[in-house]
Amino acid sequence: MAQTLDQLLVLAQQRLVALWPAPWQPWVAAFLGAAAIVATFGGLFALTTWLERKGLARIQNRLGPNRVGPYGLLQPIADGLKMLTKEDIVPRAADQWIHFLAPILKVVPVLLAYSVIPFGRHLVALDLEAGLLFFFAVGSATEIAVFMAGWGSRNKYSLLGAMRAIAQLISYEVPLVLSAVSVVLLAGTLSLPAIVDSQAGHGWAGLANWHVFTPWGLAGFVLFMIAATAKTSRSPFDLPEGESEIIAGHMVEYSGFKYALFYLGEYLSLFAISGVGITLFLGGWRAPVAWLDWVPSYLWFGIKLLGCIAVFIWLRGTMPRLRADQLMNFAWKFMLPMSLVTLVAAAVWHATATWTFAGAGLWRWVLGAALLLLPYRALSRGLTQRGRFGPRRYRFAD
Amino acid sequence: MDPAAIIAALLALGGAVAAVSLRNLIHCALCLVLTFFSVAALFLGLGAEFVSFAQVMVYVGAIAILIVFASLMTRDPGTDPARAHEPRAIRPWPLGLGIAGAVTGVLLACVGSSRLLPDVATPATAPSVRELGQELMTRYVVALEVVGLLLTAAMIGAVVLAVREPRRPDQEVGR
Amino acid sequence: MFGAGLLKGLAETARNFVGSYHDPARLPTVEYPERRLASPENARVFPFLVYDGADPERGLRCVACKICEKECPPQCIYIVLERDERGKPQKHPRVFDLDVSVCMSCQICVEVCPFDAIRMDTAFEWSTPDRFGGLLLHKTDLAKPNRYYHQIHPTEAAETDARLAAEQAKAEAKAQAQAKPKAPPSQPAATPASATP
Repeated sequence: MAQTLDQLLVLAQQRLVALWPAPWQPWVAAFLGAAAIVATFGGLFALTTWLERKGLARIQNRLGPNRVGPYGLLQPIADGLKMLTKEDIVPRAADQWIHFLAPILKVVPVLLAYSVIPFGRHLVALDLEAGLLFFFAVGSATEIAVFMAGWGSRNKYSLLGAMRAIAQLISYEVPLVLSAVSVVLLAGTLSLPAIVDSQAGHGWAGLANWHVFTPWGLAGFVLFMIAATAKTSRSPFDLPEGESEIIAGHMVEYSGFKYALFYLGEYLSLFAISGVGITLFLGGWRAPVAWLDWVPSYLWFGIKLLGCIAVFIWLRGTMPRLRADQLMNFAWKFMLPMSLVTLVAAAVWHATATWTFAGAGLWRWVLGAALLLLPYRALSRGLTQRGRFGPRRYRFAD
Repeated sequence: MDPAAIIAALLALGGAVAAVSLRNLIHCALCLVLTFFSVAALFLGLGAEFVSFAQVMVYVGAIAILIVFASLMTRDPGTDPARAHEPRAIRPWPLGLGIAGAVTGVLLACVGSSRLLPDVATPATAPSVRELGQELMTRYVVALEVVGLLLTAAMIGAVVLAVREPRRPDQEVGR
Repeated sequence: MFGAGLLKGLAETARNFVGSYHDPARLPTVEYPERRLASPENARVFPFLVYDGADPERGLRCVACKICEKECPPQCIYIVLERDERGKPQKHPRVFDLDVSVCMSCQICVEVCPFDAIRMDTAFEWSTPDRFGGLLLHKTDLAKPNRYYHQIHPTEAAETDARLAAEQAKAEAKAQAQAKPKAPPSQPAATPASATP
């Protein structure tokens, strides 16, 4: 029974596919997978806009949307209708084709990225051997979309915003990939379902063997999530839109549905990157303890995803926006060295797996934590003491 | 032949032709991105997953962005549509054809003299990512390290060229 | 330790988040259309006309002197004097229109009115589907009893009433003093007696 429930979605897809003649079946299967992903995460997008507004409101001691439907739950529908009925304005000087293509190019790669994420046991659209690489490869296509939006609008603020955004995206892609590499190092594969399988089993006190429960895994997870926040340009790394400085960055000349597409792309990439973070560090769809294995795997994935979203909302409600120079300093002088240190710590963890003497597990922990904490201390001292986060001097304005 | 491969090949060729023939520099860069994507699709059709994704990541994610950034930072008349038709100091066509011919010649010579050619013709199965990694870390480790060293040297050089921050505030006064 | 400040900030927002669910002091929002706060006494939005007694037409203090019409900076007041059939002015407005879409709530009309006939209202819900006719208030919309004035601005209304009563008493005393050497008083004081609610 529990197993049927666990495989419910997979079985349903097989049933539906079996209704069609054999030559059509691969196409139907692909279409069903794509439709399920678009419907699920489109719905989650709507839910998240509501959750985010509610959560931010509560953090600021407000009530949040509560007028449309019970608890304001129909607010996303009202927002969507508003977006759809707004006038679609294209600036006269804009590069029509680039301006038109940019929002599409922002959303399509993100949707492609979902195809390699395992949402449950056997619940993955495409089990690619180089799935993780595929994810990062399609993620890099959004930079082109941001550039096209910024340049195609023919607006100073758009262009400045796009340049900021691209600088931020490529800077934070490095620690993002490097912190994922440490998992690849231990799992020995780039396939995401295989990475989930590498975290199977239960260790000390019945706790699952997730990577986040190791010193390097914890550091890697935190680094990955910080880089993911920057990569999806969410607060405190929302400089690309920075409404008080460059009004909305590359999106300033977009209105109506095209703007909604950018918004959608941002949230979808947030879910996708959280999904990959869950797969890499939080055991994917696996239960944290053995006696909770009866809960269907996709529900575990959903719970973890909602937890990640809640943390992102919490961060957004807490942190002020970084300055551009702080952003770059943080990326290159803290995130990059720390992710390299994490890689070394992961390698040491891997090498010490053969230790068999008494108390070896504890000593591995101590060694791994020391390997991470000492560089952390040194790097943070370097960042703070030399005034890297202090007031900025302007070379030409003093 | 696979229709998907034909479409990808046509797109790659079309993008390449557009990239060298269009007037607007940014359009050229974006057409080049289309070519990169199509080449990645061709790789994917040939079963070379890893190479295909690496192509997208390196060429679209890095090289294309580099081109775009370079064209944003420089004040070239090519980015200004109003001045796109002004005569230029150097004649581009002979130069471009010369460079393209030289690159093609070198590549053809390399492929022609390669010892790998007979081996490639009969691959039993497409090599997995694991095998690729193993080969890179054992047989081709020297080449890999040399490439890495070269890139590091290039990056340090770029940083040295780009850094013009004054070291101390008092040095700035005379500037 | 680097990052401790971030954790402190996160703890603060988490306290806010949880607190807003069980601590009413943390959630100062009043859900407006269902629950509303009483307007502060000194609140002012748009002017209204005070009338004494029960009849909004005859009790109007306004004598159509048109001082407010002339003083109004955005010129949102329009007054027509009432005349009887022989064309004699009646010290009463036939038309008193006020365009609240133009009014800027400056209260100058109130300050210049020598008869304490125009005062500031606290009603602010003027939304209407008709932005021309719906926002042009006529004499019947503007006239509100002195009782209402006492409700919204009790201190100010009491002061006004006291002053009016004193003025009337003075006028009566003067009239009596004048009437003694001459004939009995032929006509009463111009301002009607103020009625305290």
